[in-house]
Amino acid sequence: MKWWLVLSCIISLSAQATWNNPYPGGWVHDNTLFSAFSAPPKTLDPVKSYSSNEWVFLANIVEPPLQYHYLKRPYQLEPLILTQMPVVHYDAAIDSSSYTLHLRGDVAYAPHPAFNGQKRHVTATDLAYAIARMSDRRNGSPILDMMMPLIVGLAQQTNELAGLPKSNEWRDYRQFRPQGVEVIDDRTLVIRIKGQYPPFIYWLAMPFFAPIPWEVDAYYAQQGMKEKNQTWAWQPVGSGAYYLAENNPNRRIVLQSNPHFHAEAYPKEAGAHVPEALLADAGKALPFIDRVVFALEKEAVPYWAKFLQGYYDASGVSSEVFDQAIQLNEQGKLSLTDEMRAKNMQLIASVATSSSYMGFNMRDPIIGQGHEKAKYLRQAISIAIDYEEQIAIFLNGRGVVAQGLIPPGIAGASSDCNPITHVGEAGQCQRRSLDEAKSLMAQAGYADGIDPATGKALVLYYDTVSTGADDKAQLDWMRKQFAKLGIQLVIRSTDYNRFQEKMLAGNAQIFSWGWNADYPDAENFLFLLAGSNAKMDSAGENASNYKNPQFDALYEQIARMEDSTERRALIQQAVALVREDAPWVFGLHPQSVSLFHGWVNNVYPNLMANNTLKYRRIDVAQREQAQESWNKPVLSPLVIGALLLMGLVGLLWRQQRQEHSL
Amino acid sequence: MTAYILRRLLWLLPILLMVNLLTFTLFFVVNSPDDMARAQLGNKHVTDAAIAAWKAARGYDLPLLWNSEAAGWSMLSQTIFWQKSVQLMMFDFGVSDAGRAIGADLAQRAWPSLWLALPSFVLGLIVNIALALLLVMFRGQWLDKLGLVITVVIMSISGLFFIIGGQYVMAKLWHWFPISGYEPDGDLWRFLLLPIVLGVIAGVGAGVRWYRSILLEEVDKDFARTARAKGLSQWQVMRKHVLPNGMLPILTGVVAVLPLLFMGSLIMESFFGIPGLGSYTIDAINSQDFAIVRAMVYLGAVLYVFGLILTDIAYAWADPRVRLGDE
Repeated sequence: MKWWLVLSCIISLSAQATWNNPYPGGWVHDNTLFSAFSAPPKTLDPVKSYSSNEWVFLANIVEPPLQYHYLKRPYQLEPLILTQMPVVHYDAAIDSSSYTLHLRGDVAYAPHPAFNGQKRHVTATDLAYAIARMSDRRNGSPILDMMMPLIVGLAQQTNELAGLPKSNEWRDYRQFRPQGVEVIDDRTLVIRIKGQYPPFIYWLAMPFFAPIPWEVDAYYAQQGMKEKNQTWAWQPVGSGAYYLAENNPNRRIVLQSNPHFHAEAYPKEAGAHVPEALLADAGKALPFIDRVVFALEKEAVPYWAKFLQGYYDASGVSSEVFDQAIQLNEQGKLSLTDEMRAKNMQLIASVATSSSYMGFNMRDPIIGQGHEKAKYLRQAISIAIDYEEQIAIFLNGRGVVAQGLIPPGIAGASSDCNPITHVGEAGQCQRRSLDEAKSLMAQAGYADGIDPATGKALVLYYDTVSTGADDKAQLDWMRKQFAKLGIQLVIRSTDYNRFQEKMLAGNAQIFSWGWNADYPDAENFLFLLAGSNAKMDSAGENASNYKNPQFDALYEQIARMEDSTERRALIQQAVALVREDAPWVFGLHPQSVSLFHGWVNNVYPNLMANNTLKYRRIDVAQREQAQESWNKPVLSPLVIGALLLMGLVGLLWRQQRQEHSL
Repeated sequence: MTAYILRRLLWLLPILLMVNLLTFTLFFVVNSPDDMARAQLGNKHVTDAAIAAWKAARGYDLPLLWNSEAAGWSMLSQTIFWQKSVQLMMFDFGVSDAGRAIGADLAQRAWPSLWLALPSFVLGLIVNIALALLLVMFRGQWLDKLGLVITVVIMSISGLFFIIGGQYVMAKLWHWFPISGYEPDGDLWRFLLLPIVLGVIAGVGAGVRWYRSILLEEVDKDFARTARAKGLSQWQVMRKHVLPNGMLPILTGVVAVLPLLFMGSLIMESFFGIPGLGSYTIDAINSQDFAIVRAMVYLGAVLYVFGLILTDIAYAWADPRVRLGDE
């Protein structure tokens, strides 16, 4: 038996050119893309999923009505399963906007047992079904409370469903359609919203609005399905370029190209700065790759090592391996190291559409709104915290100092400097001097940082969820920034639950927070400071509890307007207000950096789109060649080890014989 | 012995109830149902209504231990503790707070854990005992001294070092093994060999010293000296006399650990991408998934108690002087 096992191992090993291939069968020889995920997705239910690490999978499986153009910048929406962009009509008489969606005729779902072997086309009823399903609290859609005041009849629908007896039975949502959702025919749907709200169209590019076939919903509601993880959360079905062939969130997620995928071609147009090579596949049918394998890789070390061996096609760059992969050139720009260049890697870097900031609780008596002196204090702190230094020390230069709350690349963002904290010099924003900050401190009534009430250094409190040993250096650095003004910063580290409670109750004085764009519009950032969203009042996203009637009026106006010069001017006014009031220290916009092997084609950063797998193309022959040359087993240690072991055994045997003969 | 085992099994009931109560109390001291809802609902647009709906859907809208608004028996049964514990006592693990069937996950994850832990354990045991025998055979000589130094050095180094170092040298530099991954089919051994080898190496220090000390106690006893006096070789004395007599403490230690092998190894599984039970509990604590936490703690308690019962039985079986219960 054991000889059979050894023999099978030897045969199995000798049959492979490389011993360390981590995939089964001939996957590495197929048209397969290999990627990884570090934490299992919580849910892949289209109505519920709201996390970028879930949309990496989901956006390639389900298709909402719209998508972002892959190569055009600024970000631009285009029809995905529609024949044209939605026709928007505002009826002033009833203060309501209608969005008419015309579906394509060739869009069909991937095969699923619920379809009994039939090819099932997407209909307008399926789009309406998705919205009705969203309206049921039972399904836990995170955007329901946001959509309720918007979509006509959605709130009534939600209340009606909530009034039904508590049950886990399947609900046929074809019977529960909100008043503002109207199926005109098989291919036409009208969604009516209250008033004017142009950013609504961006939501139609998210999985929440992807069509749901009622048959699959009924199928998953059958008894025993939940126990087998046969639910929307783990087996989503859609019309996307890929279907979920294997979902084992504990090990591997595999996507396979959808045999029913509708006709879609690689884009023929691109933005001004897009390299020509990215249009080499223009007009060719999508998708290019047959299978995409995502392996669970919890630790960064093995992930990076497998990437260098060619077994992953792409990788992020963690701080542990940053120096090995990236170097900063003389202009301070990121470039590949010689080692990575020798491996023909591609570096893809882009500023994320997100903002990390330090917030002040504007209801706090010392630092909050209500008196002019506190504003000078906030402005002084805004100057003193040197985010340029933080980016250099803690992020290896991967970030851009924020000059306002809107990240670059978002419609309405501007490139001017924040006049409160920076001055423009030769096209660059230079941080104001510490002396100016100290002068503001004096105006605030805290000359040299002394609190006149106590005669001692002013004490401020910083609430953070950073509790690990690795965070200590950052917290020490933050303490030093405040100490530059003579302020004593007390760090109150806490777990996330308590932090949330403090924020809701308004018990935090200074805190750090961040926001990742839902869609590429300034409104999605301005609402973070809208008075109606104050966290203490409405558990909203305005964590600073900032309330400025002038800003709120501007926000309301901006939210109702289409993108235009006038709207952009209003956005600038709103940004100028918050720069002056300084409810946030505008921190930084992080830069995401990824590496791709040279055999991966059509890679272009698109931070809004998640359904980008269909555009990728790989050169399998090139990959195979690289894997073989990079992974030849080194046999000399085996031989040396065997000889050493034999020598030791021989020595001991001789010694034992000698002792016995005595 | 049957009466003893039955009595021990009956004791299991109050023990498990207390474990359940303790887990429940500790968990809810740190996390409120609102915290759990927020953790599951994400960071964006979480409203009070959404939190209330999440709690209602999972039964977390009830009082924790005592429902003063209910009447009669419902005061106890209409509580989170009762609703969640009764099912669990019947080994119905239910669905995680994220919506996955825990029973299915356990069944799926237990095998990779076992495939990694059992060979590591058995091989480790054989290697440790063999090396300990070798050191005892050459006790006081250069090999024994060298062995002791090496074992102390191994004991002083963190297990993580062996994992990262082993991955770096054997998988990354020499390309002998996949760095991480898991395939349950024909290729399984390729993925398990490296973690098993590293697991054995990491455990050699403590293991060899422990077994050496057990065997040293036996090696100078009368029966061993008599055997030597009768002309048996050192190897024969060790194999036929010292080892069997040293097996009692070894056996009892081994039996107690056996049931817990199902629970997996957190670090090993994380670094080698083995989808076992090792990280299941930690992931659940981080995501505040109480359903998984209580299921895993419950399962751990059951296996631990079974391990102790098995130890007692093994004692009685291996040593005729030990009697259980009324026998």
